[in-house]
Amino acid sequence: MSSLTILAILIGAGVLAYFIGRMRSIQTCGGQQQNLHSRPSYHGYYLAILTALPAIILLAVWGIAERPLTRYVAMQELPAKVLQGSDAEKALTMSVVDTIAEGLPQLSPEEYEVLRKARYGFVTTSDARDVLARHGVVLGSDPDRSLLAAADELASRAEPAGSRCRSACFALAALGFVWGYSRIRPELRARNIVERVMRGGLFLASTVAVLTTVGIVLSVLFETIHFFQFVSPFDFLFGTVWDPRFATVGKAEGQFGLLPLLWGTLFISAVALLVAVPVGLFAAIYMSEYAGSKVRAFAKPVLEILAGIPTIVYGFFALSVFGPLLRDLGFNIGLEISASSVLTAGIVMGVMIIPFVSSLSDDIINAVPQSLREGSYGLGATQSETIKKVILPAALPGIVGAVLLAASRAIGETMIVVLAAGIAANLTLNPLEPVTTITVKIVSQLTGDLEFNSPQTLVAFALGLTLFIITLALNVYALYIVRKYREQYE
Amino acid sequence: MTDQTASLASFTGEEAQKKLRKRHRAERRFRAYGVAAILFALAFLVFLFTSIFSQGWSAFLQTSIKLPVEFSQDVINPSGNPDAEDEIFRANYVKLARAALYKQLGIDAEDRKVRRDANKLLSRGVDVQLRDMVLRDPSIIGKTEDVWLLASDDADALLKGSIDRKTPSDRRAVNDQQVAWIDQLVDKGDMEKRFNTGLFVNGASSNPETAGLGVALIGSFFMMLTVVLLAVPLGVCAALYLEEYAPKGKISDTIEVNINNLAAVPSIVFGLLGLAVFINFFGLPRSASLVGGLVLTLMTLPTIIITTRAAIRAVPPSIREAALGVGASKMQLIGHHVLPLSLPGILTGTIIGLVQALGETAPLLMIGMVAFVVEYPTTPLDPATGLPVQIYMWASSAERGFVERTAGATMVLLAFLIVMNSLAVYLRNKFERKW
Repeated sequence: MSSLTILAILIGAGVLAYFIGRMRSIQTCGGQQQNLHSRPSYHGYYLAILTALPAIILLAVWGIAERPLTRYVAMQELPAKVLQGSDAEKALTMSVVDTIAEGLPQLSPEEYEVLRKARYGFVTTSDARDVLARHGVVLGSDPDRSLLAAADELASRAEPAGSRCRSACFALAALGFVWGYSRIRPELRARNIVERVMRGGLFLASTVAVLTTVGIVLSVLFETIHFFQFVSPFDFLFGTVWDPRFATVGKAEGQFGLLPLLWGTLFISAVALLVAVPVGLFAAIYMSEYAGSKVRAFAKPVLEILAGIPTIVYGFFALSVFGPLLRDLGFNIGLEISASSVLTAGIVMGVMIIPFVSSLSDDIINAVPQSLREGSYGLGATQSETIKKVILPAALPGIVGAVLLAASRAIGETMIVVLAAGIAANLTLNPLEPVTTITVKIVSQLTGDLEFNSPQTLVAFALGLTLFIITLALNVYALYIVRKYREQYE
Repeated sequence: MTDQTASLASFTGEEAQKKLRKRHRAERRFRAYGVAAILFALAFLVFLFTSIFSQGWSAFLQTSIKLPVEFSQDVINPSGNPDAEDEIFRANYVKLARAALYKQLGIDAEDRKVRRDANKLLSRGVDVQLRDMVLRDPSIIGKTEDVWLLASDDADALLKGSIDRKTPSDRRAVNDQQVAWIDQLVDKGDMEKRFNTGLFVNGASSNPETAGLGVALIGSFFMMLTVVLLAVPLGVCAALYLEEYAPKGKISDTIEVNINNLAAVPSIVFGLLGLAVFINFFGLPRSASLVGGLVLTLMTLPTIIITTRAAIRAVPPSIREAALGVGASKMQLIGHHVLPLSLPGILTGTIIGLVQALGETAPLLMIGMVAFVVEYPTTPLDPATGLPVQIYMWASSAERGFVERTAGATMVLLAFLIVMNSLAVYLRNKFERKW
């Protein structure tokens, strides 16, 4: 019985309990509903909550704890040498154990007997290996007896523990139902209780966002620390060579210098901003200061469409159309432009972030008080002079905030650069050559076969953390500026 | 007196007029920059759409050849036992198709070189096509029927004009003999471009002509389902708490700042989270659309929370006070008035969140959705791809046929997004209420 079936049964029981609770409440007041403190449906909800909720919570806790717990128990079977070894070794051994454990349920009773015998040393472990191989579980070498023991524990413990948990769930549901049923009487303040529970639920939902942030930070940080056991943070942060080599378990042969990637990211983002800031800013100025309502009604959606196009579409466009176009253009005027140059990725990305600059700048320019404009016109300034000398300086902090937000988008952008930027990590100043970015390398280190204990894979998390910190700093600062600016004119 | 005339002259004199003209020129120039900026954005948009459409429209047509295929008993089911499914499954269908082709072209089946050239006109997927026909209707065995079989990628490219007939034969993907055959078939009406249903139903394939979006569409559907089922209730509940209950203080400030920042975290970081938490910690399978849906849920949550809060805030205080005045509890106020009144706004926000989720690619690459999946996924736990991931995979393959498919798939994705966005706009206009 899977957890999902149990969940469905519990929910069904809850629905049933709702109707029983309703009926019971009407019964207790003898049909005189005005004597009830809460309306019958609240009694129904009350009973449904008591029946289903504790059991569902138990089920969820078990679902989360099951895997780590059984693995911990199984791990105790491993020899002390492995347990004292590094995390990487432990994880490697456990992955073999997992493979064996997954194969165990497919074995016939006789074959399982062979395995049990191998575990306790009555037959050789190579017999066990043969048995496993017959069911598609291929092991590189004869497994150690302790591995078989751990796998056996893992497979045999998981099932009974799971069934015990299921019984506990149902028992809890029954208990909740009986207790709740016995408490239903006219003076029960069912509505207050139900509303308190619902309020708790709303609060929990609002913490999911916080939990996500915590999850991001913890998971990325954890794997990054893991990575720094292979490669020193100093080599990572200040290394100028990016050459990760192939994944070889537990060995750090490659060089993991962040600087070329960081440079590539910043270079492409800078080109993007060179496109997006003037275009976005002028578009915002035109829309808020000059355009009539008709032009505005047309131009604003056009800019919003740019933001709504998925980045993969921009990436494909840059790869198949814009890159070759730029290369041919360069060829005609005697310039050698690589098809995946900084310019290609930068310009397309710049177009993508135009709306981020323009819509926020538009809001901010609109927020500049009308009195400032009128004062300037009164002194005889033209419209453009007013904009340049009065409005822009007044709106500057907000516009800087908008640009920073756009920059953070550009730095974290993935699909355009994955398709249209280069893959080789170059430290170059020439915008016609390809460079690569942090996001490109995260993708390339994590696609394909994964071996979770090699620096080649783990470096992706270190890169992710770098990216997260940079964008977070930009965002927090930008939001702070924008908020402060808004307060200034409120 | 002289001072006054002098200062008056400085406003009307030649010098002043010149300066004024210069200022007005600057004014016009400034205005032109603004127009140019908007035109630039518009031009780029038009360029992007036309280039994708001009590359992609031909993907919706695929060249097929009409051949009278003889479903010979000897080849398909030599044992004569109709229950021998394995035999029928493994039969040499390619042979049937080729035999029909030789007959149709009237060529000598003995000459190996000619045969090899002719074979190249047919797609490598014809065996599956014929096999599926037989499996669907075994009574076909022993009969001869006209079947539209897929032509090869190269024949398709020639018909669509992406292979230039003027290039010398030895540097062309199709040689002169093949071109002659193709022309012969086209003239007789036995070869034509037909609507490409395969694009929407087929799974992954290494041959462009048999590759389709079937698996990707199902995967995307499962992911959207997960997002709707999880992100919407969570987002609405969170927004209700923050708007209605949260005491103004440190905790609600933290949550608020958090949500705003989460909305700006690069999407690829969510992919790392999904990999580390859902796959490594909870042990969910890689490439599963459920994991993709969970990651996208976390990603769209901020969008839904922010739009829902705006919708809730728009409910006028008079309604709240009236409800409280007649004795409703806070929860009743929310359930009976606030939620129903802000529903259109919530719906619009949800669609916008879904649009964002549907087009998102980067986090899905992290959790192994880049996979070669041939079979339809039946549950969200089966390996699947997604629409944007399929575009990414096709964009990275080298064959010419895939470029067209990529653009075609992009058009499908854009079509979905346009429909969803229009729906959002329609709902907003229809249900928008000015208080």
